[in-house]
Amino acid sequence: MQKVFGYPKSLRNILTHYCAGCGHGIAHRLIAEVVDELGIREKVIGVAPVGCAVIAYDYWDFDCSEAAHGRALAVATAIKRVRPQNIVFTYQGDGDLAAIGTNETIHAANRGENVTVIFINNAIYGMTGGQLAPTTLLGQKTATTPAGREAKFHGYPLKISEMLALLPAVKYVERAALSSPQEIINAKKAVKLAFQNQIDNLGFSLVEILSPCPTYWGMSPKKALEWMRDVMVKEFPLGRIK
Amino acid sequence: MSKSKVLITGNEAIAQGAIDAGCRFYAGYPITPQNELPAYMARQMPAAGGIFIQAESELAAINMVFGAAAAGVRAMTSSSSPGISLKQEGISYIAGAELPAVIVNIMRGGPGLGNIWPAQSDYFQATRGGGHGDYRSIVLAPSSIQEAYELMFLAFDLADKYRIPAIILGDGILGQMMEPLLVDSRLSLVVSERPATSDQQPTTKNWALTGAKGRPPNIVKSFYMKEGDLEKFNLCLQEKYKVIQGKEERFESLFLDDAKLILVAYGTMARIAKSVVQRLRKEGKKAGLIRPITLWPFPQKIFQRLAISDKRLAFLVIEMSYGQMLEDVKLAVCGKAKVEFFGRSGGGVPTEEEIIKKFESLKV
Ligand SMILES: Cc1ncc(C[n+]2csc(CCOP(=O)(O)OP(=O)(O)O)c2C)c(N)n1
Ligand code: SF4
Repeated sequence: MQKVFGYPKSLRNILTHYCAGCGHGIAHRLIAEVVDELGIREKVIGVAPVGCAVIAYDYWDFDCSEAAHGRALAVATAIKRVRPQNIVFTYQGDGDLAAIGTNETIHAANRGENVTVIFINNAIYGMTGGQLAPTTLLGQKTATTPAGREAKFHGYPLKISEMLALLPAVKYVERAALSSPQEIINAKKAVKLAFQNQIDNLGFSLVEILSPCPTYWGMSPKKALEWMRDVMVKEFPLGRIK
Repeated sequence: MSKSKVLITGNEAIAQGAIDAGCRFYAGYPITPQNELPAYMARQMPAAGGIFIQAESELAAINMVFGAAAAGVRAMTSSSSPGISLKQEGISYIAGAELPAVIVNIMRGGPGLGNIWPAQSDYFQATRGGGHGDYRSIVLAPSSIQEAYELMFLAFDLADKYRIPAIILGDGILGQMMEPLLVDSRLSLVVSERPATSDQQPTTKNWALTGAKGRPPNIVKSFYMKEGDLEKFNLCLQEKYKVIQGKEERFESLFLDDAKLILVAYGTMARIAKSVVQRLRKEGKKAGLIRPITLWPFPQKIFQRLAISDKRLAFLVIEMSYGQMLEDVKLAVCGKAKVEFFGRSGGGVPTEEEIIKKFESLKV
């Protein structure tokens, strides 16, 4: 019998530590598939900082570095500069990339570092117990916005992708979502293009991936997908931004 | 082999020493009094085939050093006191990930913004870890420009050998003054392998991130979640620190054989102490000097030996801070000899006259 589906070579066959319905596992797999398809497993170096995906290197079967919370793009900048022959990517949550690491994010993008950024936007801090993220929607309840996010006190959801797209050194920005099989296929295409851009030496590419966190959204996995499709994409529209 | 003599500032000599020692990655953020160092790197790194980045902050700079070191290249950053405080997070991660890296601190007065004048008030921060967690960095304290240059070789070699952050602790005087420097391309204080550069595979750094070609993936991390794992790892670190303490103590001394009062000072302060000792000797006074070159590991053994051998001996610790190295001297002497102190800080530099006055007040 012909085997038509299996583990990508770049993904290890281990038990997941993520909650049921979490998007991180799907995103890990997309990256592994893309790395395999582009034939870069022996060249790729992943950088995963703090957040629920802190042990991403347990899942991926290629070289990886940890980074301090928010600093992935500083770490990746240096790795790529000293090893331009390698393919370097960061895998960052919204707390990481859009709060504590905003500075590193904007400046690496503005320098046009030839790296690939996979930005997981689940509108919340997962690892620390569901607090307000810069990307939390207005009205969304979190551990630190028990009455829901209010623009007056907490500001508006931060649109990092749109902001970065303004920078001349940024080559490619796309927003995708893990909300349906079709959207997942689109997300994979975007991830692949973001890696291909690096292979082609084009410069900074970022894919923002809307990803469910059923646990801290206080929803079932199924409801979380519906909420992404009905509510979240209104704030964070999908498609190519640059 | 070639030799040349140049007139150069301390900051520039440190930069040249780093390049000659094989440093091929530098990232930093401007702060006085070390600005000549990154400027020199910006000029010279490209010619040496290395990378210079002016980072957007000290946080970014030290994490860039983390990345470059993880990728197997000899990497360094430099800053001055407030900037080093910001780098502490990254230094702790470098220690936790067991990466080799060199960090230069050209100290200025603190706390807070303080001022830009020389001081030695970051001694605790450098020698006690400084960031979070149970870690240590090797700390080297040059007192001349020639030594600053030469210690860069040692710093990179020790960092590589023990996979540990190595700190060069200088101050604004050392950084900004000019002295002749003899550059000798044979200079070889080499302890371990020669450096990896961007065009060379870091063959000896088999833990480095180079792409998992023909080997299992390499992971650079400091995260140990499973119960007991971190304790095990930390015990390994402690073992490593013990080895370093046993093997890497370094100091310079003067007139220890018959000295009754031994001045203890490091870096710039030791230059002043040395003149004091020479002046006192001319007057027939039995003064001596110990100048720690490694501040961590602190050269304990010499103090222990002297303190045990002579009950009437006294030490006078002199600092451009208010009694930080003093604690290490006291720990080493362990109550077996008198330990006195004189220090100024915030930009105040103890003068020879002040030290002699203090010496005389001790009546030894
Ligand atoms: C300097 C620092 N501050 C705070 C933390 C605690 N912390 C760990 S993960 C995290 C938020 C992660 O959120 P995000 O990046 O969105 O990832 P997620 O967990 O949602 O996947 C925080 C605040 C830390 N590890 N380091
Ligand atoms: S807390 Fe949220 S982001 Fe973290 S693993 Fe669970 S579902 Fe995923």
